[in-house]
Amino acid sequence: MKNRWIALYVENEVGVLAKVSGLFSGKSYNLQSLTVGTTEDETVSRMTICVMSDDVTFEQIKKQLNRMVEVIKVIDLTDVPIHMKEILFAKVLGISAAEKQEVFQIAQVFAVEVSDVGNDSVLLECKLTARKNNELVALLKSRFRKIEVVRGGAVAIESVSISDR
Amino acid sequence: MDITGRKLFVKALQEEGVDTIFGYPGGTVTDLFDELYRQDGIEVVLPRHEQGLIHEAEGYAKSTGKTGVCLVTSGPGATNIITGLADAHYDNVPLVCFTGQVPLALIGNDAFQEVDIVGMTQSITKYGVTVRKREDLGRIIKMAFHIAGTGRPGPVIVDIPKDIQTTAGPAEYPASVQIRGYKPNDTVHIGQLKKAYKMLRAAKRPLILAGGGVNVARANEKLLAFAEKTQIPVVTTVMGKGAVPTSHPLYVGNSGMHGKYAANMAVSQCDVLFSIGTRFNDRITGDLNEFAPKAKIIHIDVDTASISRNVVVDVPVVSDANLALEKLLEWAETKDTEKWQAQIAAWDRENPLEMRRDHGMTPQMIFEHINRTFSDAIYVTDVGQHQMWATQYLELDAWHQLITSGGLGTMGFGLPAAIGAKIGNPAREVVCFSGDGGLQMNIQEMATAVACGAPVIICVFNNYYLGMVRQMQQLFYGKRYAATCLRRRKSCPKNCKGPNEACRPYTPDFVALAESYGAHGIRVEREDGIQAALDEARTYRDAPTIIEFMISTDEIVLPMVKSGNPMSEMILK
Ligand SMILES: Cc1ncc(C[n+]2csc(CCOP(=O)(O)OP(=O)(O)O)c2C)c(N)n1
Ligand SMILES: [Mg+2]
Repeated sequence: MKNRWIALYVENEVGVLAKVSGLFSGKSYNLQSLTVGTTEDETVSRMTICVMSDDVTFEQIKKQLNRMVEVIKVIDLTDVPIHMKEILFAKVLGISAAEKQEVFQIAQVFAVEVSDVGNDSVLLECKLTARKNNELVALLKSRFRKIEVVRGGAVAIESVSISDR
Repeated sequence: MDITGRKLFVKALQEEGVDTIFGYPGGTVTDLFDELYRQDGIEVVLPRHEQGLIHEAEGYAKSTGKTGVCLVTSGPGATNIITGLADAHYDNVPLVCFTGQVPLALIGNDAFQEVDIVGMTQSITKYGVTVRKREDLGRIIKMAFHIAGTGRPGPVIVDIPKDIQTTAGPAEYPASVQIRGYKPNDTVHIGQLKKAYKMLRAAKRPLILAGGGVNVARANEKLLAFAEKTQIPVVTTVMGKGAVPTSHPLYVGNSGMHGKYAANMAVSQCDVLFSIGTRFNDRITGDLNEFAPKAKIIHIDVDTASISRNVVVDVPVVSDANLALEKLLEWAETKDTEKWQAQIAAWDRENPLEMRRDHGMTPQMIFEHINRTFSDAIYVTDVGQHQMWATQYLELDAWHQLITSGGLGTMGFGLPAAIGAKIGNPAREVVCFSGDGGLQMNIQEMATAVACGAPVIICVFNNYYLGMVRQMQQLFYGKRYAATCLRRRKSCPKNCKGPNEACRPYTPDFVALAESYGAHGIRVEREDGIQAALDEARTYRDAPTIIEFMISTDEIVLPMVKSGNPMSEMILK
C-alpha cells in the first residue's frame, strides 16, 4: 500500500467530477485527494488524483478510469519527475506575543508567507508539497492550542528538467 | 432548414435503422410519441411496466444482436428502468434508453416528475448524458448508438428535456462521431497472442473456458473451429453456454457453482486454462486461491479492466473474441489430447449430471422433452433453480440459443425478455422458463404479449417456493424456511418444515390467470403430460401459453459449491 498519483484529462462537462469520484466510492478505492480545473483548452479539465492502494488495485483504477467515456487520458505520475504543490492556509489562534514570534520563525524555516496578522492570531499561506504541508500542520498542532487549516489538495505537472515533489 | 428536436429524434432512429422501440408514455415524452405516431417505419411496443419494457428491449437486443431502444418518461418512468440498466450493464447488452426530462429551466427545482436519472445510474450505464442544447441532440444520439453497440456493449441513457424536443435546430443527423475519450479496442497484440498460443501448444491438459463474451461477439463458429482443430476440450460459464454446441464431443459442460462435476474437475486439474470472454466472477471461481491451481492462465477479453482483476493471469490479451480467434486459427495445429479427454470422460461417468427417475416429474424430464421438441428455438430463463436446471440440461447449438440474466440475476427478467426475443424473431419459437416466484415479478407483461401477438411458451416450474433460497435454507440454515414459502398464510405455524396437508392453495392459479389475459393455460402434474402440453402450446399462434409444471418442492440444484469454497469441493448428493 502506498500513495500514488494520477493526472487525468477529462471532458469539461456537467457531472464528470461526480462520475469520477463516484467510481472511487462505488468500488471502494481509497481516494486521498482530488483537484480539478480547466486546462489551456477550456473544453478539457485536468484532475490531479492521489490514491492509496496496492499495485493490483492501482492497475484496476487506471483501467476503470480509462474505460470512462469522459476520460480523455490517464497519466500515471507515481514514478515520473513532476512538480507538485498544494495550497494551504493555516490560522494559528489565541496566541501570546512570544508565541507569535515563534510562528514567524516557523514561517521562515518553511519558507511560507505570513499573509495576515491580528492581535492574537496569525494566518500562514503555504504553497508546498503535500508532504511538507503535512509536516507543517503536525508542527503547528504540537506547538499551539488552536489552529485552523484549509487545504486544496495537490496539483502536479510533469517536469521540464528537474523534479520537485 | 431547422427542424424541431422531436423531428430530429425520429430521423435519428430511422437513420440508425431502428425497427422497434419499447416505449411507455408520460408528460415529458408526449411530443416524441406524437412524432412516432406520425411515421410508419418504427413499431412502438407498449409494455405494461417500464421494468418489463427494458427487459423486453434486452431480450430483443440479445436475440438479434441489434441495439435495443427504450423510451420512457421522466421521474417514475425513468426510475422504473434502473434494474434493467444494471442487468444490461452486467450482461453487456447494447441499449439506448431515452428518458424524458423536465424543461431545462426547471432542472434542479424538484419539479414534478424530476429525477436526476443520469446521476443515479452512472455506475450501471456505459454512458449517460442530459441534452442541454438543442444543437447537441443529433451528435449525442449518434454517440449513444456508437457507444452502446461497440467494444464491450452496454446501456446508454440519453435524457432529453421537454423543451429540447420542441425547439428548432439543425436538421442534420451526423453519419459518424469522433469521441476523444472512447476508443474501443479493434486490434490484437500479436506478440501476446503468440505467447498464449505457444503456452497452449506446450500444455498436456489444456482447457478452453468460454464466457458470455463469445456469445456477445457471436464468435461461436470460430471458437468451435479452434477447439476442433486443436482438440482442446471446452467448458463454459453460465453465460457462455452454447459457445460450442452442447452435443459436441469436446464440450464438457458448465463450470462454476452449479457446474458439472467433470467441468469443475477439468478446471481444477488443467495445466493451461485458455479463457475467453469471461470476467471470472465469483460464481465461476469459488475460492480464488484454489481456482485452477495447477494452471497457467491465458485470458482474452475486449475489456482491459476485466483482465487480471479477479484472477491473476499469466498471459493477458486485450482483444475482441473474433479477432483473436481468427489469428489463432491461422496457427492452430492438432494436439494429441486423447488421454486428457478420456480422463474428463471418466469424471463424467463418475458423477454424471442427472436426477433420480423413480419419484415423479423432475425438471430433467421436462428439459428432455423440450430438447426433443424444438428444432429452432430461443430459450429464455428467469432466475432461480429452474434457471440453473435450464443451464444444466438444455441442449444448445446454432439453432438453440439461451438468454438469461447472469451477472445481476434479476428475477422478473424471463417473461419480458422472452417477449422481446419473440418480437425480434417472429419466425422462431421462443420458450421461457420461469419460477412461480419470478414469473409474478413481471406477470403484467402477459398483456403485452397478447397485445403484440407474441405467442411465447412460458414453462413455469411451480415448486411453491422461492426455491433457490429455500435450497440454501435446506442445506445451510437448518431448514428454517424464512420467507420463502409462497403458499404461506397468516394462519401457518411459524416453524413449518415444508409442505403438508394443511397447506392452502397456491395463488395465483396460473392457468386461470393466463386465461384472464386472453392467453392459454395448461397444468401438468405428471411426466406423461409433458409432451402433450408442449405440443398443444406450439399450436397456439395467436397468444402466449403458460404451462405450469407442478414439480416437487424439495428438488435441489446439484452439484453445488458453497459460496466461497473451492470449486473442487462439490456437494454431489
Ligand atoms: C429481484 C430479485 N429479488 C430477489 C432475488 C433473490 N433470489 C434469487 S433466486 C430466488 C428464488 C426464485 O424463486 P422462483 O422464481 O420460484 O424460482 P425457483 O428458484 O423456485 O426455481 C430469489 C428470491 C433475485 N435474484 N432477484
Ligand atoms: Mg419456485
